[in-house]
Amino acid sequence: MKPIEKENVQATLERFINKDVYIHIETTNGAYASHFNDKAYNVGAYVRNATVRFTQAKIVGDGNVYRVGLKMEKGWIYAEGLTDWVIHEEEKLLLAGHDREGRLMVSLQISETPFDY
Amino acid sequence: MEKHVVVIYPHPDDESFGAAGTIINFRNQGVPVTYLCGTLGEMGRNMGSPTFANRETLPYIRKKELLAACNVLDIELKMLGYRDKTIEYEDRQEVAQHLKGILETIKPSLVITHYPDHAVHPDHNALGAAAIEAVRQMDKENRPTLWAQAISNNHIEELGDPDIKNDVTEHFDKKMEAILCHDSQASGILGNFKKRDEVADDVKEAAKRRLGKEQFYHWHFDD
Repeated sequence: MKPIEKENVQATLERFINKDVYIHIETTNGAYASHFNDKAYNVGAYVRNATVRFTQAKIVGDGNVYRVGLKMEKGWIYAEGLTDWVIHEEEKLLLAGHDREGRLMVSLQISETPFDY
Repeated sequence: MEKHVVVIYPHPDDESFGAAGTIINFRNQGVPVTYLCGTLGEMGRNMGSPTFANRETLPYIRKKELLAACNVLDIELKMLGYRDKTIEYEDRQEVAQHLKGILETIKPSLVITHYPDHAVHPDHNALGAAAIEAVRQMDKENRPTLWAQAISNNHIEELGDPDIKNDVTEHFDKKMEAILCHDSQASGILGNFKKRDEVADDVKEAAKRRLGKEQFYHWHFDD
């Protein structure tokens, strides 16, 4: 992946507006967080291949770390802490946030075709 | 001497970090070893350091890394096709039946897996429990010996001293070679002491202390 280029990501997000698309969204701090630090919590959430349709999409951020919000008819999807992006297999938009060691902390992915399952 | 050893862990790299030295010992004696690897570690958060994988390419990269590690360890590999972080939500009996079918074909004399509730990662605990259930359901006279590996911080307090303590420092270089096949993962874990192609001598000693012992509990069935 490469550091987020805001304008390119915004343009890519808009290509998915008003289409039925597949979403992958997750956050994780790993399965070993409380094993290595007894004061830490294991926290994560994960949705893969839910289909959604959004009418607005926006990326917001300061040049290093970004947030993306998708407005649906009956609700919202958002992710924060996004740092990197890539277009996978020509049409899948992958966004992710990595920590200093390059570990994935959050991801938001959008595609017109399902992600592998 | 063992006839055939089957190792059952959920992730590419569990075999190398957890049991590579023990596996090398068996292979040096000419004992066949088969690794039943539960998932492709699809949900790992280590993406290489610096990152070279992403959520979608990671399974393909980890599969290649797994094949390379199994080649170093000279073992047969069977990929079970579950998905990382989801094994505990599968039907326990279904997974056990799946494993039992494979074990009845291979007819191992020894099975190595994780110790349920003492293996930290939910996949470790769930696949370990399913593997033990699979062996339990085999006819008593055909059951292989079962070793369970505990890695929880409190396992010695709760379970006592492990029954099998393998000092594998003599195979340490080869164990490291297998671990380093898992480049997308190992670099995160070994990042502090992996320097380009070489492992610095003093840090290597530290790693040896950490990874130079492989310990297991003998699993006993009630009947």
